[in-house]
Amino acid sequence: MPVQYYIFLSIALFCIGVMGVLMRRNAIIIFMCIELMLNAVNLLMVAFSKMWADAGRVDASSAQLFVFFIMVVAAAEVAIGLAIITMVYRNTRSVDINILNRLKN
Amino acid sequence: MGSIQQIIFMVLSVVALASALGVVLSKNPVTSVLCLIITFFAIAGHYIMMNAQFLAVVHIIVYAGAIMVLFLYVLMLMNLNAELEPQKRNWLKYAGAISGGALLVVLVAALRDASMPALSPEANEIGLIHNLGLALFKQYVVPFEVSSILFLSAMIGAVVIGRKD
Repeated sequence: MPVQYYIFLSIALFCIGVMGVLMRRNAIIIFMCIELMLNAVNLLMVAFSKMWADAGRVDASSAQLFVFFIMVVAAAEVAIGLAIITMVYRNTRSVDINILNRLKN
Repeated sequence: MGSIQQIIFMVLSVVALASALGVVLSKNPVTSVLCLIITFFAIAGHYIMMNAQFLAVVHIIVYAGAIMVLFLYVLMLMNLNAELEPQKRNWLKYAGAISGGALLVVLVAALRDASMPALSPEANEIGLIHNLGLALFKQYVVPFEVSSILFLSAMIGAVVIGRKD
């Protein structure tokens, strides 16, 4: 199976995430689309790891460790981001980013 | 359509892309969360297909088990409904869709003629926990410790931000 299939699948998932960030107004759904983009990159890294492993490289597991670190960063980001969204909702009773475009008041 | 791996790849890709579109297009945020969980399971299937068994298990545990439960919990805490998202300014949606589609076209056109080797169908040992643990604790000890500090600071930050004052 060519690596191009995985590359095109990752590109499609990433672009769906970009579209979601640009189209939706709900802050939580924008967060979910960012997760989708991170997962597209993870999928591409695992595909390249398999490609290097087939080529006989001994350090091909580094890409999978990078996926591991991306998961760590994503988990930390979600914890902080959902705390911020919860605080914003508690203050303004909305998570619509059109209402939140001014940070004061 | 040749081997069984291509058939499984096609099925998983169609499931992943359809549920990813469901995340973006559904009106109800709870439906979006459930579609994103289906996408994560399809991506975990891809990981197993590419001999990344440990990553597949961690992916399901972390994403479908922790992160999406957190999203769902926050959504139900806020009691958001479908009508909370006002649908004014429709041209912004079209502009976003056209921008994402243009990015898709540019990336696909740039990488269409790239010469890459094909993935061999036989299994290898690269994704098992033995190899990953050796690489993690030999070459990547310092990033591992830094990520633990990152987690600690994220935990403290979430508690401080979410405190009622």
